[in-house]
Amino acid sequence: MSYINPSFRHPNLPVNDIGCTKTDYEGAISTLCAGCGHDSISAAVVQACFEMSIEPHRVAKLSGIGCSSKTPAYFLNQSHGFNSVHGRMPSVATGANMANRDMIYIGVSGDGDTASIGMGQFVHVARRNLNMLYMVENNGCYGLTKGQDSATADIGSKAKGGVENVYAPIDLVNVALELGATFVARSFSGDKKQLVPLIQAALSHQGFAFIDVVSPCVTFNNNPGSTKAYDYVREHAEITGSVDFVPKKDEITADYEPGTSTNITLHDGSALQLHKLAKDFDPQDRRAATRALENAKDHGGILTGLIYIDPDTKDLHNILGTTETPLRDLDQDTLCPGNDALAAINESLR
Amino acid sequence: MKPTDIKDPEYFHKVVDCQYACPAHTPVPEYIRLIVAGRYTDAYMVNWESNVFPGVLGRTCDRPCEPACRRGRVANDEEPVAICRLKRVAADNKDDITERLPPIPKEKNGKRIALIGGGPASLTVARDLMPLGYECVLYDDQERGGGMMRSQIPAFRLPEKVLSEEVNYILDMGVECHFGTWISSMKEMLDKNFDAVFVGTGAPRGRDLPDLPGRKEADDNVHIGIEWLASVAFEHTAKIGKKVIVLGGGNTAMDCCRTARRLGGEEVRVVVRSPFADMKASPWEKDDAIAEDIPILDNHVPQSFEIENGKLKGMTFEKVEAVYDENGKRSLVPTGEEPVFIECDDVLMAIGQENSFTWIEQDIGIEFGKWDMPEVNPVTFQSSLPHVFFGGDAAFGPENIITAVAQGHQAAVSIDLFCNGEDVKNRLAPGVTIMSQKMGVHEWVYDNDISDDDRYAVPHADKATALKNMKIEVELGFDQDQAYKEAMRCLNCDAQTVFADEKCIECDACVDVCPTDCITFTDNAEEADLRQTLSAPSNNNEQDLYVSGTLPTQRVMVKDEDICLHCGLCAERCPTAAWDMKKFLYEVTKAGRG
Repeated sequence: MSYINPSFRHPNLPVNDIGCTKTDYEGAISTLCAGCGHDSISAAVVQACFEMSIEPHRVAKLSGIGCSSKTPAYFLNQSHGFNSVHGRMPSVATGANMANRDMIYIGVSGDGDTASIGMGQFVHVARRNLNMLYMVENNGCYGLTKGQDSATADIGSKAKGGVENVYAPIDLVNVALELGATFVARSFSGDKKQLVPLIQAALSHQGFAFIDVVSPCVTFNNNPGSTKAYDYVREHAEITGSVDFVPKKDEITADYEPGTSTNITLHDGSALQLHKLAKDFDPQDRRAATRALENAKDHGGILTGLIYIDPDTKDLHNILGTTETPLRDLDQDTLCPGNDALAAINESLR
Repeated sequence: MKPTDIKDPEYFHKVVDCQYACPAHTPVPEYIRLIVAGRYTDAYMVNWESNVFPGVLGRTCDRPCEPACRRGRVANDEEPVAICRLKRVAADNKDDITERLPPIPKEKNGKRIALIGGGPASLTVARDLMPLGYECVLYDDQERGGGMMRSQIPAFRLPEKVLSEEVNYILDMGVECHFGTWISSMKEMLDKNFDAVFVGTGAPRGRDLPDLPGRKEADDNVHIGIEWLASVAFEHTAKIGKKVIVLGGGNTAMDCCRTARRLGGEEVRVVVRSPFADMKASPWEKDDAIAEDIPILDNHVPQSFEIENGKLKGMTFEKVEAVYDENGKRSLVPTGEEPVFIECDDVLMAIGQENSFTWIEQDIGIEFGKWDMPEVNPVTFQSSLPHVFFGGDAAFGPENIITAVAQGHQAAVSIDLFCNGEDVKNRLAPGVTIMSQKMGVHEWVYDNDISDDDRYAVPHADKATALKNMKIEVELGFDQDQAYKEAMRCLNCDAQTVFADEKCIECDACVDVCPTDCITFTDNAEEADLRQTLSAPSNNNEQDLYVSGTLPTQRVMVKDEDICLHCGLCAERCPTAAWDMKKFLYEVTKAGRG
């Protein structure tokens, strides 16, 4: 039988702080190709939200068009979702976030949805520091239209068709850094140990959190010669360091040699403990981050892990000085104070 | 851990919990699928090959398969598949099977085998040896074949017709039968120069309480349970007093009390020494007794038979409570309360059975050991006298029908080897076939879309009617529709998840899709440590971990077999077919194979 999803789950699944099991964070069964990296990313989101005891109804999932943008159907079934026009997820996310700042926004996009048709939207949402997790499920090809090279494909990389890509790639991590994104990371769908804490940190971050997740397309771009294949990424990944996400209620327990680890307290009181592999790397130094990216690229490496974070940042609401209260919670009089108030404003501007 | 050796037939066999738990290792999922397909005769023959008495066992089996059934583990309120009652469905709905029975060679092989006792063990030996050309000569003191299946299981649980049909499949192979013949001397039997002698005489002696005060005086109204049941079965006894006490807490006690209800017992009570939960009777048999208005009084130890005017008027019991020491060993400690008197007209004693080998002479080379039981090899069932074999309750004390059948098969293997001048220890490995079930990307030969329904209850006959007639069968059995629904609850545990290390690209697709979080890719470690690192709790140490070889990332794939639903999603989501669902059929080697 096709696509059955048995209703049985492990009878002794652990329960989180709000009484949910991981099952409560699942979505529909995936219709992506078997072995698609995107499914692992969905599973990582499920794991991250479960461990953080996030109430599913407080999450809004937003996406554009593409294989990646289908995935919100495959996690957090009990959350809100909006599948927008191709490349326009950031606009929808901005609108939603402006209207209700209490929600947790997870934007899922792909390399086509972000680096091609949605590039204009992406750069602006980054520079505005909208409080959201923006994840690009990056497979270097257009899987939904049979595997053409995308704008993130590396020069010389070969997809299943066997033709080398000749155009310079867009490194979305570099772009995000350049535009002032306040949380920038790269990960790999095949490494949940790294990806889950990064998602948790990104969800805790008060501002624009960008994660570029290399996610092999098993059908069109997982062949020898591709720089986005499982084997290639595993061989060429260079990590900035391992990240432990420590929720607010827990104490930091991991003990590293002095000088090799950095603790970063996040806005919501949780903490990130970064166990650095490169001694001179400082994730709070934008220049160092850019340098590290360039260094890795020089010898064909793919830098993964937490690349940059500015934990004390002002998100769009704070920049604009908007109301603390979600619009839906404001009464009619507050939302629409009437002619007298308008007249007073106009008067103040004369 | 070392990589799992899936070439060892026992590894995947153990994953098929029901089959593994069955003493005869009947391929349960295989016949359940045949029932789903409406192929009742085929389902029956799968059973018949393995357990010889599907119709009998489908009603009376102790069903060790059911507590083992994975379905009962996959959720906290799940019950096992009604395996036993599905077996009965195959028997109830089959066509004539005589054409399918093995041909019996006209020309015999010249070997003559004596079978002493006509119960399930002996009949199984005959069933296995007759098709090979042996001449089997069966002796039993009862008038007809079947042994305890005939004498001890009441007709309202096992209709005589069902029993006779299955006994006759074997006897009609040309077994030379000497019924009504009591064998009083093994020596005389050996003098008849059989090539081998099989002893399947069961555990024919019911325990008594000879020293309890009043026992002698009450003798007219005190009956040994199994003897009384036999006397009812052979229609020598047709009534009992209105008030009956049944002593004992096993299945024989349940059969006694329910039979008593049908022979005029109006106030029938079961009185047992142990707490209710510790009783040996199967839970469903206790339920059936209670449903027939039979109270079960636990924690009552018999003290004396009370006699008035030379006649039994009741029994006195001491009240006790069970106290368990640190090792879980139970002792029954008197509560100090007043003894309890229970009035009765008759007492049925079902407090255990013993073997009795008074007919086997001490000086003929058959060694006896502990508890006067013969020294029998637990694998070959050979005694210390090489051409004498034991099986069933006669070998290792009271067990059940399915164990007797399993032992009969093994004894037949030994007898065949022995008669061919081969070493009885030189036994062939079980037959194993393993075959991919893949038909398409999301298509399997087996139906993995299992039913979420709760276990279906077998309908019962109307109580008032059933209690009036000893011969009305209480359980009606599933009809075909119910059987289909119940059968669709089976998880198909014989559709094995088989992992090919060299194909795996470690994409995690199987890990992500597995509904019960069975699969983990992790650094290797010793089993106890490994169990701590798995995606889901791994607390059932009786279930194995399936561990791959080291993969390119230096990790291993670890699958906890415990809660696997055999849904095949891991294989459906695997891009490289590193996972495959393969049907694993395990067949116990029978006499004459290979």
